[in-house]
Amino acid sequence: MPPADSQEPRRTALAGVHQSLGAHMTDFAGWYMPLRYDSELAEHHAVRTMAGLFDLSHMGEIEIVGTRAAEYLDYALVGSYGAMAPLAAKYTMICRDDGGILDDLIVYRLRADHFLVVANASNRETVFTALRQRSAGWDDISVLDNSDLWSLIAVQGPLALAILNEMADSPLDSLKYYSIAQRSIAGFPVLTARTGYTGEDGFELFCSPADAAQLWTTILEKGKPDGLVPAGLACRDSLRLEAGMPLYGNELSLDLTPFESGLGRVVVLDKSRDSVGADALRERSQDDVARVRVGLELEGKRAARCGYAVLTPSGRNVGRVTSGALSPTLGVAVAMAYVDHESASVGTPLLVDVRGVLLPARIVPLPFYKRPNRGVS
Amino acid sequence: MTYPSHLQYSQDHEWLSTEDSHGTVGITSFAAASLGDIVYVDLPAVGSIVTAGSPCGEIESTKSVSDLVSPASGEVTDINDTVVSDPALINSSPYKDGWLFQLRLGDAPDLMDADQYELFTNGAP
Repeated sequence: MPPADSQEPRRTALAGVHQSLGAHMTDFAGWYMPLRYDSELAEHHAVRTMAGLFDLSHMGEIEIVGTRAAEYLDYALVGSYGAMAPLAAKYTMICRDDGGILDDLIVYRLRADHFLVVANASNRETVFTALRQRSAGWDDISVLDNSDLWSLIAVQGPLALAILNEMADSPLDSLKYYSIAQRSIAGFPVLTARTGYTGEDGFELFCSPADAAQLWTTILEKGKPDGLVPAGLACRDSLRLEAGMPLYGNELSLDLTPFESGLGRVVVLDKSRDSVGADALRERSQDDVARVRVGLELEGKRAARCGYAVLTPSGRNVGRVTSGALSPTLGVAVAMAYVDHESASVGTPLLVDVRGVLLPARIVPLPFYKRPNRGVS
Repeated sequence: MTYPSHLQYSQDHEWLSTEDSHGTVGITSFAAASLGDIVYVDLPAVGSIVTAGSPCGEIESTKSVSDLVSPASGEVTDINDTVVSDPALINSSPYKDGWLFQLRLGDAPDLMDADQYELFTNGAP
C-alpha cells in the first residue's frame, strides 16, 4: 500500500486487465489509464469502421436522490430537468456564480426522483463539492459521490449495437440515442446508456466494479470476430476532436461561459427558479461574444496544438488553438480554436503559428467528421 | 527490449550506423514505442550541417512533438523521402525502412553500444 500522502495514480477495476493486454499506461487526471494498447491510429480507425472498447471508470458518478431532485438540479445546473422523461439523458453544464464553466456533464434521469450526473474525472471533486454545497437547505435531497461504486465501459462504433445485442437479455435497438436502461449484458446487471464521446453510435455501460473485468473480457472475446479492439485515451481524444466535441481544460474552462464556448443552447434562463450563475449568464448572454469556438483545417500534415496562436494573413493575432491533430479519418490537420468574432466565418483564411512556421488554415464548419447515416435512431 | 548490436545509440534515443566516414541515423524502437504513432517528420535539408546533440528536425506523434537530435556532427547527404510520405515506417521498421537521414561524419561523440543503451532505457524515467 502506498503511504496516505502518496501521489500514486488511482487504479480502476480494469487496471490489471489493461496491463495484461500490454497497454501503454499513463497518469490521466490522477488515474492510471490506458493511453493505447498498440497503435492509437489503428484503434481510432477501428472505432470509426467497427468498434472499440474503452475503460472510462475514472469518470465521476454523482447521484442525486429526492422527490424534488429535478427542481434541485434546475437550481444547481444550467439546464431544465423537470421535463426529462425517466431514462432520458441530457448533455449539460454546471457553472459558477459568475457564469464560468465548472464542468460539462451528462445527466441521466434514472427515476422521477433519482438522477445520475457523470462528471469529468478531473472535475469530480469540484462538481461533487458544488452540488453538495448547493443542496444546503434542500432537506430531502441527497447528493452522493458514488464514483467508486461504478465502473464504466464504453463500446463505440458502427458495430457496437450488433456486438452487444449478442450478449444482451433483449435487443438494444429500442434504446434511443441519449437514453439509458437497466439491462443484462453477458449475464451482468448493467445500466446501459446510448451515449458516447466518439461521434459514433455506441453504448456506455455502468456496472459494478466487481463485474467489470469479466464483463470487459467477455465483450472483447465476443466482439473480436467483428473487429472490436480495446481502445485507449489517445484515440478517444482524436475521435472526439473529429466529432467537434469540446474537452474540459481545452475548449471549456472557468474563464468561459457556455455562450462563449458556442454551447449556449444548454442554458435555460426562463426557469421558474434561477440556477446558480443565472444572473451572470443572463448578462453575458446579451454581450457580443468576443471570441468564438471554430474549426480550422490546416494545409499540410503538421498538427496545430493547444496554445498555438491564430493570425490573420496580415499577421494580426486573432485567436488561439485549443485542440488539434492530424485527423486520422480525414487525413488533414484539424484544430479547434477560439478566434475573434470578425475572423470566425466559414472560409476565412488564417494562419497558425506552428512553432515559428506560419501555416495557412481556413475556418471550416464543426464537426469535422459526421458519421454516415446507417439508419440508427 | 533488445537493440541491434551493430548500431550505436545516443541519450536522445537516436541510433547511428557507420560505414567508413558515412553514417545513417534513425530513432530507436524504444523512442518509437514511447512516442506512439508517428504522423509527421521534418528532416534536415540535404547539404545542411548538423551538430551532435543539437536539434535538426522534428518528429510528431498523434499526441506530441519531439526534436530530432542528431547523434553525430556532419553534412547531410541524403534523407529518407519514403519516411516523409509514410512516417508510420518509423514505428513499423525503426532500424531499416524507417531510417531518417545519412551524413558525412565529422565529430562522432561517445555513443552507447546496445547493452549500454538497454541499461540506459531501463533506468530512463
